[in-house]
Amino acid sequence: MLDHVHEAQRPLAGGRALDLEEPLLFEIGRTEVSGVDLDEPAPHASQLGGLERKMPIGLPGLSEPETMRHFVRLSRLNYSIDAGLYPLGSCTMKHNPRLNEKMARLSGFADIHPLQPQSTVQGALELMRQLADWLLKLTNMEAIALSPKAGAHGESCGLMAIKAAIAAKGEGETRRTVLVPQSAHGTNPASAALLGFTAQPVPAGPDGILHFEDVEKLIGPHVAAIMLTNPNTCGLFERDAGRIAEAVHAAGGYFYCDGANFNALAGLTRPGDFGVDAMHLNLHKTFSTPHGGGGPGAGPVVLSRRLAPFAPAPALVQDGANLRLVEDGQGFGRMTAFHGQMGMFVRALAYMLAHGGDGLRQASSDAVLSANYLRAALSDLMTQPFGDRACMHEALFDEEWLSGTGVSTLDFAKALIDEGYHPMTIYFPLVAHGAMLIEPTESQPKAALDAFVATLRRLGARALAKEAAAFREAPLHAPRRRLDETQAARKPVLRWTHKAG
Amino acid sequence: MRYHPLTSADREAMLAAIGFASFEDLFTEATGTPPLTGDLGLPPGKSEVEVERHLLRLAENNLSASRAPFFLGAGAYRHHIPASVDHLIQRSEFLTSYTPYQPEISQGTLQHLFEFQTQVALLTGMEIANASMYDGSTACAEAMLMAHRLTKRRKALLSGGLHPHYAKVAGTVARMAGDEIMLAPPDVTASEDLIGKIDDSLSCVIVQTPDFFGNLRDLSGIAEACRRHGALLVAVFTEAVSLGLVTPPGEMGADIVVGEGQSIGNALNFGGPYVGLFATREKYMRQMPGRLCGETQDLDGRRGFVLTLATREQHIRRDKATSNICTNSGLCALAFSIHLTLLGEVGLRKLARVNHANAVLLKERLAELDGVEILNKAFFNEFTLRLKGDAARIVEALARRGVLAGVPVSRLLPGAGLDDLLLVAITELNTDDDRTALVTGLKEII
Repeated sequence: MLDHVHEAQRPLAGGRALDLEEPLLFEIGRTEVSGVDLDEPAPHASQLGGLERKMPIGLPGLSEPETMRHFVRLSRLNYSIDAGLYPLGSCTMKHNPRLNEKMARLSGFADIHPLQPQSTVQGALELMRQLADWLLKLTNMEAIALSPKAGAHGESCGLMAIKAAIAAKGEGETRRTVLVPQSAHGTNPASAALLGFTAQPVPAGPDGILHFEDVEKLIGPHVAAIMLTNPNTCGLFERDAGRIAEAVHAAGGYFYCDGANFNALAGLTRPGDFGVDAMHLNLHKTFSTPHGGGGPGAGPVVLSRRLAPFAPAPALVQDGANLRLVEDGQGFGRMTAFHGQMGMFVRALAYMLAHGGDGLRQASSDAVLSANYLRAALSDLMTQPFGDRACMHEALFDEEWLSGTGVSTLDFAKALIDEGYHPMTIYFPLVAHGAMLIEPTESQPKAALDAFVATLRRLGARALAKEAAAFREAPLHAPRRRLDETQAARKPVLRWTHKAG
Repeated sequence: MRYHPLTSADREAMLAAIGFASFEDLFTEATGTPPLTGDLGLPPGKSEVEVERHLLRLAENNLSASRAPFFLGAGAYRHHIPASVDHLIQRSEFLTSYTPYQPEISQGTLQHLFEFQTQVALLTGMEIANASMYDGSTACAEAMLMAHRLTKRRKALLSGGLHPHYAKVAGTVARMAGDEIMLAPPDVTASEDLIGKIDDSLSCVIVQTPDFFGNLRDLSGIAEACRRHGALLVAVFTEAVSLGLVTPPGEMGADIVVGEGQSIGNALNFGGPYVGLFATREKYMRQMPGRLCGETQDLDGRRGFVLTLATREQHIRRDKATSNICTNSGLCALAFSIHLTLLGEVGLRKLARVNHANAVLLKERLAELDGVEILNKAFFNEFTLRLKGDAARIVEALARRGVLAGVPVSRLLPGAGLDDLLLVAITELNTDDDRTALVTGLKEII
């Protein structure tokens, strides 16, 4: 039975109790309304050189109470970590401490300009130095570039350092291949291609990880680097990473490690110990800076001794009693204006200070333990593409167990929404058929994990009982039912436009 | 540890449930190597009070703009941010949600992005905009790459008025990708002849207005020349508030408009996080980088929003993607949107007017000083002074007196022979006392 809202029970005006509809800003705002009171400009003679705006902009405004209501209502249409389990694999939806928000807003951090005299921002530079120190100790690496703005930007940074190092050896024309496992994040081949490298896919073994023998065959003088995610996107540790690194090094290439999953390793093992030359750290994953509905991220890159000379500008150096940013003539150049995501540095350092070294180790341990707990509790019901083996911080399932039920991974995920959960990551990594990638993180109490398992099992039983029709209707209780993505892409409407009449 | 819900008893029970005697055993099974157990050389955890104390000490060792007359710009501007902006972006549902991959439970983020895209398109005078980039400088480099894709040419001409960091970022990307860049020499007074340099080999011309030195530029002539030669005009701005008062790039014929959105809704934050704005013509939609949000309907026919045109993006197209960008600058874009909603058209116009008025008044007072020459004819809220003396040294001396006087051009263009130039920006936050402090300070030092 579908519990579709009966026609007579439909809301009269769009809202129902706490479930409130909200029009677009452009449907309720008025260009003559403002929620900000400003002083009148002082009398002056314009010096705009005849470039004054003549046409209206068409920007609607709202008074302050209307603005609050508009955005509060919008916020209530979102799921969030604070509200419930958000087990998106590969995304690391862990608790975001509010102390970090408070610290980032201290005027000594939030209200300083990136180009103030360096003598007036020694505290900020010291914060960057401390952050760098923590990250280098956790990874056992030699140097760090703090400026990359996000993970993919960090990938660009690492690959640029590699490219510069190769060019310095006079091998720029010959080393043009980057080996990328098929399970890699899409950003890896995209980053390689952006820099003019050819991304060559590397197949994993039947156990979901790379095997030295398979990779060794692909290594040669044409290989600039291998990009490896460790643990990989299947949640499995690449055991041969160290041997692969040695072979790549012996052949004159470099080892880029995608550090998106460093939250499984912090305090437990160090990338510098398995031969990494460059690795980005997603501060918004491992170090809890908030995801904010899709950013901003932050992606500092740690570098090995071999790549340290090629680190981009700016670089932080000790200059007598002071710290100094070297802003020019550094490594391969500049990746972004200014010095990086300072607001995220404050939050990440606050997170690390709160944890301490042992606390970070505990966080990684709990993340791995929780993922394995879910894996074990579901392994008799759901199928795993690479067998039932100990995983790292996330557990990967496929849709083999649903075959013949008429229920797809997508249907299953949408049914989870109706049960009050954000679904796991679905259809990624591509190497698993109908992937469901579950990452609980260390932030869940055991009772929440147990409740989630119970829900998955009940839903699973319904799927196996072939109630596919009900699954295909899901979600029924979300602010929207399934949305037509085909229509969105076929006839894109990317902005509001005034409709006549 | 206060952030960890699992107790020792929980951990033991969970290990038992999965059949391991200890976490070390589990980790060894998963990785083939036992975990590190020794000292990491890192301090022990701190209580909330201790963390606060530690960071407060660092924060206090910075001279914040709220404690000094402040005149810095050069790509980052200090404006007032209404309290409701910061409150709203800290709502759990905005702060602690992910990229809206499950649209049924992410309509808040998606509708906001749709509104943001519309606001950016309106502000820039363009047809469409994306859901934001990392910042203005990376948006600028992405615009160059997009122009390469659209024109199938690989050479860009960069104006000497472009922010030097933006030029360097584009230069890095170009050098790494094997593309060519022609960077015009620093153009302090907006008198360069770009039109004469445009030919059929260019993919794009990148020009900033208000430019790095504060000059407003009319782009129509360059747009016309670009059209004749099949190149695209990429217009850049770093001060979004200016768009409330000056002719938007879209009206001057720009094909792609990129800029820094920080100055609406976002604090200085020592350089980041900021929000890159990216707008273009509808016909170039499928070559745009970054996330796009589009309108559609749900199964019941109700309007809703989804991320769309993902076939451009790295998670689908991998090495054939338009960009490797994966995130946008979501929360900063939200702050931008909320502030712009509060301002509305009348508020933004008035805010821009106040900024310009303050700049005109400051310019008049500075022009009276001996040893100070003002180089701009047309400007918005920032202009360039030629000082008798080294600008960086003068700025340092003023900082010691508690005045943050501006950005010496040599900070961004070292060795360019522009050591006597100082960029001064002023906003609605500067008071009469601030202006007097700057004027008096400069007078005494020069």
